[in-house]
Amino acid sequence: MAIQDRLSGNEAVSIAIKQINPDVMPAFPITPSTEIPQFISQFIANGEMDTVFVPVESEHSAMSACIGSQSAGGRTVTATSSCGLALMFEMLYVAASNRLPITMAVVNRALSGPININNDHSDSMGARDSGWLQIYAENAQEAYDNFFQCMKIGEHPSVQLPVMCCQDGFITSHAVERMELIETEKVKAFMGEYKPEHYLLNPDQTLAVGPYDIPQYYMEHKKAQAVAMENARAAILEVAKEFEAMTGRKYGMIEEYCMEDAELAMIIIGSSAGTAKEACDELRAAGVKAGVIKVRVFRPFPAEEIVAALKGVKAVAIMDKTESFSANGGPMGAEVKAAMFGKLGDVLVTNYIYGIGGRDVKVDDLKSVYDKLAEMVKTGKSPEHYQYLALRD
Amino acid sequence: MTDQNKMKNITIENKWQDLTPGGMIFASGNSVEFKTGDWRTITPKMVWDKCKQCLLCAPMCPDSSIPVKDGKRLEFDYDHCKGCGICAKVCPFDAIVFGGEEE
Repeated sequence: MAIQDRLSGNEAVSIAIKQINPDVMPAFPITPSTEIPQFISQFIANGEMDTVFVPVESEHSAMSACIGSQSAGGRTVTATSSCGLALMFEMLYVAASNRLPITMAVVNRALSGPININNDHSDSMGARDSGWLQIYAENAQEAYDNFFQCMKIGEHPSVQLPVMCCQDGFITSHAVERMELIETEKVKAFMGEYKPEHYLLNPDQTLAVGPYDIPQYYMEHKKAQAVAMENARAAILEVAKEFEAMTGRKYGMIEEYCMEDAELAMIIIGSSAGTAKEACDELRAAGVKAGVIKVRVFRPFPAEEIVAALKGVKAVAIMDKTESFSANGGPMGAEVKAAMFGKLGDVLVTNYIYGIGGRDVKVDDLKSVYDKLAEMVKTGKSPEHYQYLALRD
Repeated sequence: MTDQNKMKNITIENKWQDLTPGGMIFASGNSVEFKTGDWRTITPKMVWDKCKQCLLCAPMCPDSSIPVKDGKRLEFDYDHCKGCGICAKVCPFDAIVFGGEEE
């Protein structure tokens, strides 16, 4: 029987880590992810798990230790947020290019500056081209469920890439929800033992990792990495299917909500997808054909799935919880528009920057986005490239 | 299982599909195969008549490019000598000429 509990997102992910009992966890505390290494340290001190916890002096060191540990052959996890992720930046690329399936809990928080500790997606979106998979959770249940899947996807023989398991800081990480935990025996059977093909502590194999790559090889290695990211699409669905068989909970690249006959659609990531679903329900009750596309996986980008979901839609709002300072919209805006190019020419498009630096995103705010979409359909025109939601102006 | 013997003999003819994951190297001591001598712009040359085989030069070479056998130094390993000139500087007998010619 599944275990009913009430937990915060950070507690849920910490319990997932405890159930997996990985070999090593190097971590450095940073708000709002601090609780994860804190809870793990408590579990270890209580004898509930035997992971080697490495208290490092910075996040750059945390990721470096992760790379060392995973290269040695250990199943390795860490957790971070915001500026911590930014400090890891150099090593993120090394983890990915060395093809090390490290699993990292990212508790999304705004980057400085101006200094701010609240939720947006500027941290992980800033690292979107580092070669890590990125999977985002809407709530604590998903953060918990995703963590197991993230690790299994990363370790998949056709993938071998590190994975960020993202949840929204405070909104998801600190709010307590009723949720369902999986029995530890089932988790152990689902995860299996980590058996890398090549690892440094193998006495039967001479091995050097992370060598200097001259121009005659670099492009070929990058191509192999890009193909691994493409392979991740199938692995994500394969692991989701296995997970569904275990728990009954279904996951995919995206989640479509009321999209069957939707004319006005919103594409959104993370906790605000829940708010969007509420806005959608209220509009549906008033006869508006509204729908929501929640992007669960951002890397690899679900271009085909989004285009398929947008069939029949008249106007779409792409929601970005980060600025990218391209002066042309946010990263989701750019990715979705690139996916739509040449395929959905008639759909009116707008791109919003919303909720950055922890700005509240209310149901009415998101309903106003649908109002804007209805107005676009009426006039037949898309507005200026991108706009800020609920900005004082 | 990956064919590790195949992966020990990677050349620039190999396609991306044939390279090792993350550029892993399944052999040791293979930096010798990386010919760094073409980085050199100035070449040290031996004047064997002046050499007393004092062997001060060999341990000073930062790149192990002065091979020593049976207590005697041999000709430079020009495949790896980068032309730093330290050997010429430490030689007490001017037996190593450095910078006198263009390569």
